[in-house]
Amino acid sequence: MSALLLEVRDLRTHFFTRAGVVKAVDGVSFTMERGQVLGLVGESGSGKSVTGFSLLGLVDPPGRIVGGSIRLDGEELVGMPLDELRRLRGRRIAMVFQDPMMTLNPVLTVGAQMTLAIRAHEKVTGVAARERAASVLTRVGIPDAAARLDAYPHEFSGGMRQRVAIAIAMTHSPGLIVADEPTTALDVSIQAQILHEMRELSRESGTALVWISHDLATVSSVAERIMVMYAGRLVEEGPTATVLRDPRHPYTRGLLDSLPATARPGQELRQVPGNTPSLLALPPGCPFAPRCVRASERCVEDPEHRVDAVRAFRCHHPLERAA
Amino acid sequence: MSTAFLTLDGISKRFDPRLTLGDRIAARFGATVEDRPVRAVTEVSLTINPGETLGLVGESGCGKSTLGRIVAGILPPTAGTVTIDGEPVLHNGRKVTTRVQTVFQDPFASLDPRMRIGDTVAEGPIAHGLVTKANAADYVRGWLQRVGLEPDFADRYPHQFSGGQRQRVAIARALAMQPDLLVCDEPVASLDVSIQAQIINLFLELRRDLGITCLFISHDLGVVRHVSDRVAIMYLGRIVEVGSTEQIYRDPKHPYTRALLDSVPRLVLEDDALVEFNAITGEIPSPLAPPPGCTFHPRCPLAVDACRRDVPALMADGTDRLVACHVRAMERNAAATTALEEGR
Repeated sequence: MSALLLEVRDLRTHFFTRAGVVKAVDGVSFTMERGQVLGLVGESGSGKSVTGFSLLGLVDPPGRIVGGSIRLDGEELVGMPLDELRRLRGRRIAMVFQDPMMTLNPVLTVGAQMTLAIRAHEKVTGVAARERAASVLTRVGIPDAAARLDAYPHEFSGGMRQRVAIAIAMTHSPGLIVADEPTTALDVSIQAQILHEMRELSRESGTALVWISHDLATVSSVAERIMVMYAGRLVEEGPTATVLRDPRHPYTRGLLDSLPATARPGQELRQVPGNTPSLLALPPGCPFAPRCVRASERCVEDPEHRVDAVRAFRCHHPLERAA
Repeated sequence: MSTAFLTLDGISKRFDPRLTLGDRIAARFGATVEDRPVRAVTEVSLTINPGETLGLVGESGCGKSTLGRIVAGILPPTAGTVTIDGEPVLHNGRKVTTRVQTVFQDPFASLDPRMRIGDTVAEGPIAHGLVTKANAADYVRGWLQRVGLEPDFADRYPHQFSGGQRQRVAIARALAMQPDLLVCDEPVASLDVSIQAQIINLFLELRRDLGITCLFISHDLGVVRHVSDRVAIMYLGRIVEVGSTEQIYRDPKHPYTRALLDSVPRLVLEDDALVEFNAITGEIPSPLAPPPGCTFHPRCPLAVDACRRDVPALMADGTDRLVACHVRAMERNAAATTALEEGR
């Protein structure tokens, strides 16, 4: 088995709305190795969630994957018939959403929906499935798991519900879990517990994670590699610490400077001027150019992908490497 | 004697459940009907000095927004009083001052979608006679400009703005009432990072230029550290620690404050760093059934018998910091005794 788990080439997911074509994901390419944790960051509308949804083929009309390729273990997912895709989802690739109530059915007990998920992919008896469910719940830190199987989702707290959603995603030890803002809705003390547990679970079972978040600090504490998205495109990609310590793309720099943690208390923050652009009316060339202090007339042309020793970025006027 | 600008004295707020018809009939016939009030805020006393920004921090359900609404005069407290400059905010349950205004978290919910934003901003000042109808347009344009919006935006509707711009409108609406105290309830929580920085900068600038006093409510410890002079930490309806921002962040005394600060993910810039998450164990108890004694004791690594029995009082620790913790109080007493004996 090769180390390469996922290979995404020139992924394009567009939404055909009445107002025009929204290019939510426009030419995204990346690869992932087994067991790797990849952080995907960006602001609202950057296309980070749509990228995640595309990996599982969960894009609904008017959206559609219009081009590119997604290969999981060498198998092409773009254009795969729905029944084959359904055999894959939950078994080899799974998803954790921001709001666990999106995953959980409110009128079924947790045990009932977990055994459904188990028996969808494996021929086991109901009793055996229940035992499996209890053991997965125990793994994600739910006390007294066997008894909690008979509880309904509303009887759990927000943090516990997210644990159940994670347990369901982990059930079949998939090679890849896409986690879309899994801790954003949680309080900090609960967030720290979930971060810790997901990282441990991924390490124990060798599951790779795509960790989608707007929070650079969270991503920096779990992900080995980071991808920064802006207006549907990858603008910078590389080892997390390197990229955050020494960014080459002015947008990555701008995001970092916007964090209160990087400034002295009470001092003005170095803000990025302007607003995130509408995906219906993107400027030609680099979409960040209108907000960029380094922009020149060259930026009306699409910047090429460039690479230095460790990372890739897309900018005509990259920042110098520090040291 | 005190120079405090805003004074909260023994504020409590309980929400009683509305009894159903069946329960009321049962109660009529002498049955005991279970009524479990939510104690959202319990015996909170706080002061804010003129021109100061007090950050109010806590996790969801701790009562920080309820306390903010009480300060703003939107909710009457069950017990206690709120005074601004010695003047009560509420009289017979009605708000009697315009000196305090609020900026809410969600600018999509707090602006009327059918009103032009110019009318939204002008409504309060006209009603309270701060400006005549004839001069309102110029007045509004001035405030829009002050918060970094084009004056001509006055004719637009909220849906024509982005989230950050809407929050600027909400700030303009609050400031147009010329308040002395601004209650900001999670004003940047729903904004993207780059927009959040713009609003924080606007807030710092306005505070400097207008000298406004502010209660800044947030769950985001990074943002609070950046804008606040002093910080109050709330847990399950009570204030557990208050002190200067520097004191609280450098050397937190209450075990909950410490645990909360430890839980915040930091920006990791070292290669191959193994980040430790020092998570607090357990969950926040329900405010329907708070634990006896110190409400934090079931999750506290330092808890002793007294913590399970008695509610600790908020006490000065020798500086201007206040901490509500039995263990810290005992440590101080022990230290004081040792000092006395050594001096003898």
